[in-house]
Amino acid sequence: MTCLVIAEHDNSSLKSATLNTVTAAAQIGGEIHLLVAGSACAAVAKSAAKITGVTKILLADAAHYAEQSPENMAALIVAHAVAYSHILAPATAAGKNIMPRVAALLDTAQISEIVAVHSPDTFVRPIYAGNVLLTVQSLDAVKVITVRATAFEATAESGQATIEHLTATADVGQSKLVSRELTQSARPELAIAKVVVSGGRGLGNSENFHRLLEPLADKLGAALGASRAAVDAGYVPNDFQVGQTGKIVAPQLYIAVGISGAIQHLAGMKDSRVIVAINKDPDSAIFQVADYGLVGDLFEIVPALTAAL
Amino acid sequence: MKVLVLVKRVVDYNVKVRVKADGSGVDIANAKMSMNPFDEIAVEEAVRLKEAGIASEVIAVSAGIANCQETLRTALALGADRAILIETDTQLQPLAIAKLLKAICAKEQPQLVLCGKQAIDDDANQTGQMLAALMNWPQATFASNVIVANGTLTVTREIDGGLETIEITLPAVVTTDLRLNEPRYATLPNIMKSKKKPLETTTPQALGVDVTPRLTTLNMAEPPKRAAGVMVADVAELVAKLRNEGVIA
Repeated sequence: MTCLVIAEHDNSSLKSATLNTVTAAAQIGGEIHLLVAGSACAAVAKSAAKITGVTKILLADAAHYAEQSPENMAALIVAHAVAYSHILAPATAAGKNIMPRVAALLDTAQISEIVAVHSPDTFVRPIYAGNVLLTVQSLDAVKVITVRATAFEATAESGQATIEHLTATADVGQSKLVSRELTQSARPELAIAKVVVSGGRGLGNSENFHRLLEPLADKLGAALGASRAAVDAGYVPNDFQVGQTGKIVAPQLYIAVGISGAIQHLAGMKDSRVIVAINKDPDSAIFQVADYGLVGDLFEIVPALTAAL
Repeated sequence: MKVLVLVKRVVDYNVKVRVKADGSGVDIANAKMSMNPFDEIAVEEAVRLKEAGIASEVIAVSAGIANCQETLRTALALGADRAILIETDTQLQPLAIAKLLKAICAKEQPQLVLCGKQAIDDDANQTGQMLAALMNWPQATFASNVIVANGTLTVTREIDGGLETIEITLPAVVTTDLRLNEPRYATLPNIMKSKKKPLETTTPQALGVDVTPRLTTLNMAEPPKRAAGVMVADVAELVAKLRNEGVIA
């Protein structure tokens, strides 16, 4: 039994969700190999070699892997799949894009976004916006899995894996990157931040969102998140969205400001350790999951909270 | 160009589902059912392509029990030209659906397949990507903008760090994200008209596809409930509580 974990990276550094995915692989058991596919990404392979539990890095370095298109990634992974019992990737936008393609080419059912490993063929995954936990057993010879990072601790980085160079598969073409507009921020990454300050429709507009929440986030060293309503209204870009179809977060402290608490939003944050809700409507659903609720005018409460910290 | 749009019948997004006492499934016998919201966005995009003179025909496809006809009628009322139901009582998993759709694509030869990025019941987020793989077509998932010009698709995608724009060749599969468009409502005249639009029914057997599930459900359970919280009177009390929890300095 050997697991292959697909590393997520930007050709210069490894994304942390990879470390959580390796932990899930370790719970399955057997040897763990890690695939680093990219362009001029030797530095990523070198740092990945330190991940505890990984014995071998497979490095595929070619120009057509630079953007890690699902077409080229799937072709590469499938070409090496025969050696593996399990193929895992983080359930990030990238992993969700690539892995079903891999599964279909291998004629395998994918097990999406697992939150627990029961045995090498049995896993738990949330369905219905996290309102139901489904335990499934896979009957396929190779298991293709995406892993919810917040459900597994990040593995340590004290290992020493060997690096093996793979021959690149042919360029599938079909897809070409035109541009990327990545949100630049000095704040911690939303998906892995220890503290998250999230805003909803109650903030009224983009200016209020930033004027009120940024000082609070600065004081707490927090990432900023948002409800779907706030993103749809254009207060903040799409990558701020927390929820069933946005980012799943589980920080030590989650502060929901002016968020009503639709089940789709709760699905993305209810595993946070401490949840604080600030809302003027005492009947808001957000208070049902909050450890500490404060009813009142967020335009007074948030500046007072920022000042008190 | 022919456009195929995939629609799934799911429990309405406002319904909070309950697990059956024996853990064998969810109790949805009397639940309100609707078109998967992401698929509504896919239908809207397909209809807009038709209105813009880019799509020549929009075909809505669904797979599942006979009641999925209702979902297809909704798609027809929103502007699809005709519909295909792949009818079966077998619980369909994404790989099986992708294989069924492959068979439909072989017959209909669409240039573009549009579907929601995920269904809000199983939250799998697989079908579009799997279909693209089986057809050996490119894919553009999580689309927030789609432009068709000169045999090429330019798609803006919502990714973890922001947005990316890619160009892919046709034929292709596009899966829709929330901000691609705002779906219209079906008007009464269009609902009436939809009843006369063609709806063809086929089966997995007729398409020659084995839809046996590969994943066995062992159990369903509700996640542990969070302990009831407390309401605090003011900011000072909140700060004291959070200090006590050790989550702020």
